[in-house]
Amino acid sequence: MAGVTWRRLTLGVAAVYFLVPLAIAVWFTVYNESLGFSLGAYGRIVSAPGFGESLLKSLLLGAAVIVLVLLLALPALLAVRLGAPGLRPVLETITTLPLIVPPITYVVGIANALRGGTDALAATPFWQTLISIQDEDFPVVLVLAYVMLALPFAYRSLDTGLRAVDVRTLVEAARNLGASWPYVLFRVILPNLRSAVAGASFLSLALVMGEYTIAALMGYRTFPVWIVTVSGSDGQLSVALSVLSLGLIWLLLLTLSGAGRKSK
Amino acid sequence: MTVELRELRRSFGGTVALDGLSLTIEQGELIAFLGPSGCGKTTALRCVAGFERPDTGAVFIDGADVTRVPANRRDAGMVFQSYSLFPNLNVRDNVAFGLRVRRRPTSERHSRAAELLELVGLGGFGERYPHQLSGGQQQRVALARALALQPKVLLLDEPLSALDAKVRVNLREEIRRLQLELGITTIFVTHDQEEALSVADRVAVLKSGRLEQVAPPAEVYDRPATPFVAEFVGTMNHLPGRVSGETVEVFGHFLPLDGAAPGEEVDVLVRPEAVRVSPSEEGRGFILASSFRGSIARLRVQLDSGGEVLADVPGHEAVRLAPGLKVDVTLVERPVLTAPRTAVAAPVEPVA
Repeated sequence: MAGVTWRRLTLGVAAVYFLVPLAIAVWFTVYNESLGFSLGAYGRIVSAPGFGESLLKSLLLGAAVIVLVLLLALPALLAVRLGAPGLRPVLETITTLPLIVPPITYVVGIANALRGGTDALAATPFWQTLISIQDEDFPVVLVLAYVMLALPFAYRSLDTGLRAVDVRTLVEAARNLGASWPYVLFRVILPNLRSAVAGASFLSLALVMGEYTIAALMGYRTFPVWIVTVSGSDGQLSVALSVLSLGLIWLLLLTLSGAGRKSK
Repeated sequence: MTVELRELRRSFGGTVALDGLSLTIEQGELIAFLGPSGCGKTTALRCVAGFERPDTGAVFIDGADVTRVPANRRDAGMVFQSYSLFPNLNVRDNVAFGLRVRRRPTSERHSRAAELLELVGLGGFGERYPHQLSGGQQQRVALARALALQPKVLLLDEPLSALDAKVRVNLREEIRRLQLELGITTIFVTHDQEEALSVADRVAVLKSGRLEQVAPPAEVYDRPATPFVAEFVGTMNHLPGRVSGETVEVFGHFLPLDGAAPGEEVDVLVRPEAVRVSPSEEGRGFILASSFRGSIARLRVQLDSGGEVLADVPGHEAVRLAPGLKVDVTLVERPVLTAPRTAVAAPVEPVA
């Protein structure tokens, strides 16, 4: 009985801690002393300039980051597991690095590299590439930076998933039955790693939807940057936006974990 | 379809797994690779499957050199030691996996899977998932899956070692029945000598990556080519003997020699079933222990001269030949193998 009470108490405290600020935020968006109860703030979101554009941009960036981080981490993890188990600590260290280096350092590094690169490559065809990856509508350079940041989370999620299956035997069984390497990866390994892949994807997406520093300092108007910009002019609107984006991310999380669980 | 291993060498770091292994497996034959762990039997099998590439040497399947052919183009069906069914697919899709890789139509996949499941005695299990099956059933499905593409060679990598004793015996007999029915060339890797002797056409005994002997089971048991084979397959007594000419003297008997003796003072290798025990007050030893095994009883006889002898006697004599009884020990007259004299004469029981 004591255990149950204790559990309820802990849950209650946690709920208060998380839900009270949320409730207050929601209350703030719908109640105004002069106007009373109104959903106007939410209405203003949709009509606010740049909303759809920046949200779409961030979602696209998120999708690109997910694809890239999976394509990078999964084959690497498999290769190390199957071919060179001795290299595992190395991989682990490399994927931890992005957590150690602060984002501001990345920004400085990337900005310097781009500036120096543009000068050095001015006379070559690569100059055009360098310019196009900084395209305002779909900044590939941000995708690359976010892949770096997402790597530690994706790696750990996938590693845990791989631990739960006998990868070597499954791979060899599939190879023995005529499967090519891509077939093994997409039709044998991935389906058995659904929840791990879903976890890695969600973490990557959450990271992209919440990252401000790099995008802002490099001058891109992603969704988080847009929220901050808008909040300066309309307090109620900015909180309504935060509530909305929280709801949106929750929805995505539920979808992804639903897809992960639907393995049977 | 024959399989030929030619001078296979493979080492992992400093460990030599295969040390010049050469062997030809005939069409329709079931050959067992038998040996202690680390003898190279699994490495040899994996070279045939394409999961290992030999450092030197070559593998031929049906006359074609496949040494550098990747595993997915080898046309060899394999059953693994650990459960290897795809957890996300049901039994039918597991069996039809190879056909799916080859983009065969759904109707063909389903009918072939049903046919094979019937063959391994699991008709009607198609909709189940691997986690709903017992270990024995999973290995049956794995067998059906390996056979679905009608491979030239069937490779079995200790497929029964994770199963209960009873299931193991049933399944090995079923594997043999299927193999004979389909006439498929098969390599069966095992460390269990009883398994090897009971199902194989020929047994290849390996030690340290080399072939010690390859022969039909009865010959491996009765006429082991080397002392290692003699000791690894079955149980062997080491009795002190003295060579004189073409015979060797043990317990006052002169037995004909099988092959050359390694010296004058030797160990004579004698199976427990070739040892006769009879009650006698003037005997040369007494019964130390007796373990009843149904049709036979294995006696451990302490010799007055030191050392012990194992003897198998008919089960019904177990009551008469009780521990403590003074007995005489004699040997059945037949050619015997000899080995260099070891320090203490003691029987060697194999680890099964």
